[in-house]
Amino acid sequence: MVFLPELTRAYRHNLNGSSLERGATQLEVKDVSLRFGGVQALEDVSLAVRQGGIHAVIGPNGAGKTSLLNCISGLYRPQRGSIALQNGKRHELTKARPSRIAKWGVARSFQNIELFKHMTVLENLMLGRHTHMRHNVLTALLYWGPAERQEIRERELVEEVVDFLELQAFRKQEVGRLSYGFQKRVELGRALCIQPAVLVLDEPMAGMNTEEKEDMARFILDVNELAGVTVVLIEHDMGVVMDISDRVTVLDFGRVIADGEPAQVSSDPAVIEAYLGEQRAA
Amino acid sequence: MSTITTGVYSRTYRQDFLLRRTWLERARLALVLLAIAVAPFLLSVYWLEVATQIAIAAIGAIGLNILVGFTGQISLGQGGFLAVGAFTAGLTAIHTGLNPLAGVALAGVVGAVVGGFFGLPALRLKGLYLAIATLASQVIITWSIIHLSFLGAAEPLAIVEPATVFGWTVSGTWEWFWVIAAFAAVAAVLATNLFRTGVGRAFVAIRDQDIAAEAVGVNVAGYKILAFALSSAFAGVAGALTAYRDTFLTWESFTFEISILYLAMIIVGGLGSVSGAIYGAAFIIGLQAFLQELGGNLQGSFPSVQENLPAIQQIIFGLTIVLFLIFEPRGLARIWQRSKDYLRLWPFRY
Ligand SMILES: Nc1ncnc2c1ncn2[C@@H]1O[C@H](COP(=O)(O)OP(=O)(O)OP(=O)(O)O)[C@@H](O)[C@H]1O
Ligand SMILES: [Mg+2]
Repeated sequence: MVFLPELTRAYRHNLNGSSLERGATQLEVKDVSLRFGGVQALEDVSLAVRQGGIHAVIGPNGAGKTSLLNCISGLYRPQRGSIALQNGKRHELTKARPSRIAKWGVARSFQNIELFKHMTVLENLMLGRHTHMRHNVLTALLYWGPAERQEIRERELVEEVVDFLELQAFRKQEVGRLSYGFQKRVELGRALCIQPAVLVLDEPMAGMNTEEKEDMARFILDVNELAGVTVVLIEHDMGVVMDISDRVTVLDFGRVIADGEPAQVSSDPAVIEAYLGEQRAA
Repeated sequence: MSTITTGVYSRTYRQDFLLRRTWLERARLALVLLAIAVAPFLLSVYWLEVATQIAIAAIGAIGLNILVGFTGQISLGQGGFLAVGAFTAGLTAIHTGLNPLAGVALAGVVGAVVGGFFGLPALRLKGLYLAIATLASQVIITWSIIHLSFLGAAEPLAIVEPATVFGWTVSGTWEWFWVIAAFAAVAAVLATNLFRTGVGRAFVAIRDQDIAAEAVGVNVAGYKILAFALSSAFAGVAGALTAYRDTFLTWESFTFEISILYLAMIIVGGLGSVSGAIYGAAFIIGLQAFLQELGGNLQGSFPSVQENLPAIQQIIFGLTIVLFLIFEPRGLARIWQRSKDYLRLWPFRY
């Protein structure tokens, strides 16, 4: 027998923070309604995200997609409904602080990149480790013992994410100076460092050229298939959605108008109408 | 981080995290320490006093920079927190004869508690609105010192007992200089360490993008209060040192102007930089002292200059800050960085 040396670098850390088995309901949104003054951003929205899948949320501009994600990550408080995360135990997200929700394992990226732009790539990723670290001001001031060991330990995981997303060349660059496409990638990396149970991405490919889009799609697929992370993503590019997602929820004027497998949803008359309506209006 | 990194390699993450990795950086540090050690033999008494004041101001400015420069919470209350430290130390020295080291520590703790409390508006307010709210803390603190009769601090206080630690009585200009320079050095090291860890990163994250900070799990409210508390702890220590050294204590040394002065230090020195806070303190206090001395020398020959000295000082201050804001918003720290890079390449140029 020929002995073949291992060619790929083995990752020591599991980026998937969920212990559920594949296919179990990881995140359940139930009858969520959100209103801003006269605008009904979400109305009785329900959907179930299953562990191990890529769940796309699509819909025309202003349909309420970002609002839904903001409810999930705790930035918005819906007036009605519940959002439950199953990770270890059941966590109710509608009444929790965003930082709490992050600690429970919901990581996200933003539609308009929200990085810490004066910090380096490494520092941004290290912030993704914040919830996994113990923070003590006194040891921090002394940079002593546990504080230093912790920095080194977390750096190891961060380096794996750097590897995974091919960010080696930019480790110590200020993120504000990176190109748009790389900034999006760093934001994905920061969310991954949380070792999320659910990775929530708001238009990760918006504003990218075809090549950047392909890269990003590949990273998202790798994150999902190799690392086993559950992904919820908003995307406008229908081609991408049909290619990479295994479940699609369509929102229009804050309501769910379709929910199912990509093929099934794309032939749904209500969906076609919503999208054609948008095109006609445009 | 320097802009030229070629040639410095790390084999472990621990090495990569070291603050000084080249012999040049270590040599420079040794030079600074040497300068502090020999300063008393080179400086006149007047300038040694100034250097001592700079060291005290550096502690307060480092504290303020943690809050304003690193965490992005504008505060106009540093003068008040200095007063909290000074009066905590002064009153305990007068009434209990507490060991001065314990007094300094206590002043830091009380400063932290009071600062944390006055940081509460930061949970609701941002930017200029917050600045106005912190102004209130300044006013409330000085008002309390004057009007809380049990403090007995409406009139100037004198600390009669000299500062004695483990049998050693700190006395004389140069002893005080060394003691306070040591405190400043420790303050600088502590603050630098802080920003090598997750706590410091959380502060900067809040400054850069508070919503994202919350979304990655930083308890923004808690960390804002922590930043206020830490910043005021540094101010408390600086205040306490002033009290022990001057042995004389009045609320009039901690007015609103002092808060502005500290803000000026970190703007001129460089927001979000520990060494910047030190440069700023040296620049502002040094400039003040220089103008003072100049005024003294001109006495007689130019009485009008002497007369208008306070006004001239104000104008020069204002002008300096404006010039910095226009030409180098990142302050002296940035200018120093650039000169270092330039010198490292010398005699080769781009
Ligand atoms: N903070 C807010 N305050 C007031 N109205 C809001 C707020 N956030 C969202 N809305 C409103 O809610 C509706 C849904 O907006 P949302 O951003 O969720 O849409 P979207 O589906 O993400 O659109 P896009 O594709 O353009 O990103 C819009 O009418 C928007 O104006
Ligand atoms: Mg949106």
